[in-house]
Amino acid sequence: MSIATTSGSAARRLLDDGRRARAMRWVMAVMLFLTVLACALGIATANVAAALDAQLGGRLVVQIVAGSDAARDAASNRLAEALGAMPEVRAAVPVPRAELAELARPWLGDAGLSADLPMPAMIDIDLRDPSASAVTAVTARARSIAPDARVDRSAGWLAPVRGFVVTLSGLAGGLVLLMASATGGIVLLTARAGLDTHRDTIDVLHMLGSTDSQVARLFQRRIALDTLIGGVVGSLAAAAAIMVIGWRAAGLDSGLVGGASLGTGGWVVLALLPLAFAGLAMVAARVAVLRTLERRL
Amino acid sequence: MANIVQFENVGLRYGTGPETLSDVSFTLASGAFYFVTGASGAGKTSLLRLLYLAQRPSRGIIRLFGEDTVTMPRGRLPTLRRRIGVVFQDFRLIPHLTAYDNIALPLRVSGMAEHEVEEPVREMLAWVGLAQRGGARPPTLSGGEQQRVAIARAVIGRPEILVADEPTGNVDPDMAERLLHLFDSLNRLGTTVVVATHDFGLINRIPDAQMMRIDRGRLADPTGSLRYPPRRPDAAEHA
Repeated sequence: MSIATTSGSAARRLLDDGRRARAMRWVMAVMLFLTVLACALGIATANVAAALDAQLGGRLVVQIVAGSDAARDAASNRLAEALGAMPEVRAAVPVPRAELAELARPWLGDAGLSADLPMPAMIDIDLRDPSASAVTAVTARARSIAPDARVDRSAGWLAPVRGFVVTLSGLAGGLVLLMASATGGIVLLTARAGLDTHRDTIDVLHMLGSTDSQVARLFQRRIALDTLIGGVVGSLAAAAAIMVIGWRAAGLDSGLVGGASLGTGGWVVLALLPLAFAGLAMVAARVAVLRTLERRL
Repeated sequence: MANIVQFENVGLRYGTGPETLSDVSFTLASGAFYFVTGASGAGKTSLLRLLYLAQRPSRGIIRLFGEDTVTMPRGRLPTLRRRIGVVFQDFRLIPHLTAYDNIALPLRVSGMAEHEVEEPVREMLAWVGLAQRGGARPPTLSGGEQQRVAIARAVIGRPEILVADEPTGNVDPDMAERLLHLFDSLNRLGTTVVVATHDFGLINRIPDAQMMRIDRGRLADPTGSLRYPPRRPDAAEHA
């Protein structure tokens, strides 16, 4: 065992700083707790955005508002048949009046079920390809058959919601980056403080022929280990918090919140965060120590 | 004997203060024994710091093992430092490591495997009379014991040059003689020994040693009171 390659206890004892290590671990536990929560928020909101895209990205609604009920129904059937035959369209299904009335019930009550209430005819279009050109083609075809038909992208209705979700996701990503840079900063300060604390020991090591890399390795290993231990503790606490939130969210019975799951991949990413931060801490410590030692003989 | 150290017109200044060492020129022969003497504050420790590469000079040339250490990139200094053993005036033992681990440090620094470390460290502990104190930490050792641990640490790597700054300053006369005997033994094995001291009684115990006297930062000219004055490069040419 040398101090260059040590895995033993003697080299670990070279830096005798039990109190500093404990403080560092607690700081890292808090940092990772917050980082894992932010990352979970980011993943969950990204999953919500993806679910919205998958559900609504390729869907259009054609409305026919002009004419009598019979005329609207006839136009609706013609349109559904014509649009359903287009290669860009997977399915074109007229929405039954009863279903529309059910959708209107929360606002209109039982009055929405009245046959006298004018209600637009609607066709639900499921595109094979959610591209703009497919939307344009379907819109043109619909207007060629029913000039007063109105074609809406379903995604457009939820665009503000999706925008909000994407903003949340970006904010969470920014928080994770901020936490990572703050962790790097903490490690730099800790390494520099450690160099000052252990200045005499380092001077002796240098006089005995230690290289800067050997000294840096002592610090980077210690700091990486502290980050990993603290990070695991913080991450476990955050995972528990996430599970509680998930359990409470499941009780809301909301479609939007229901899509906000982490998935297996998400949990794997969260599990890797302590390792990633330990790696980051190791690199930051090495850079800090080497740069500081360069200024000494 | 080949020269292992060469100083040419070396000057040392700390910050913007006056020169601590001025125009110091000398050579040290490989395998010889040298004393550096002079009054307190004369510059002995500064001279030794230049010798064991803790400091670069403000001017002049220093060659160690034939290499110019003044212009040498700092990344190459560790290799040279491993060839030099140092006994610091204040020991500079690492207080939270045991005597054993302090002595083992140079071997570990040089990359020796752990199973190879134990035997030489045990031998060294026995050599300095601390076989039973290997597990003790420096704060629990007496001044003399700490001194011996420092010496053991300095010599365990079989350095080509041993530099000791007042190595007997904290020990009783009997222990001082024992330590000097250790240095003499090492010297006989081929190590160049440089000892800073102002204990003339000690100096007289090594009759073959040469002596350098530092006076107010300058290498004093040889006088009749000094035996075996150092060979200066210019003196050697005229000899």
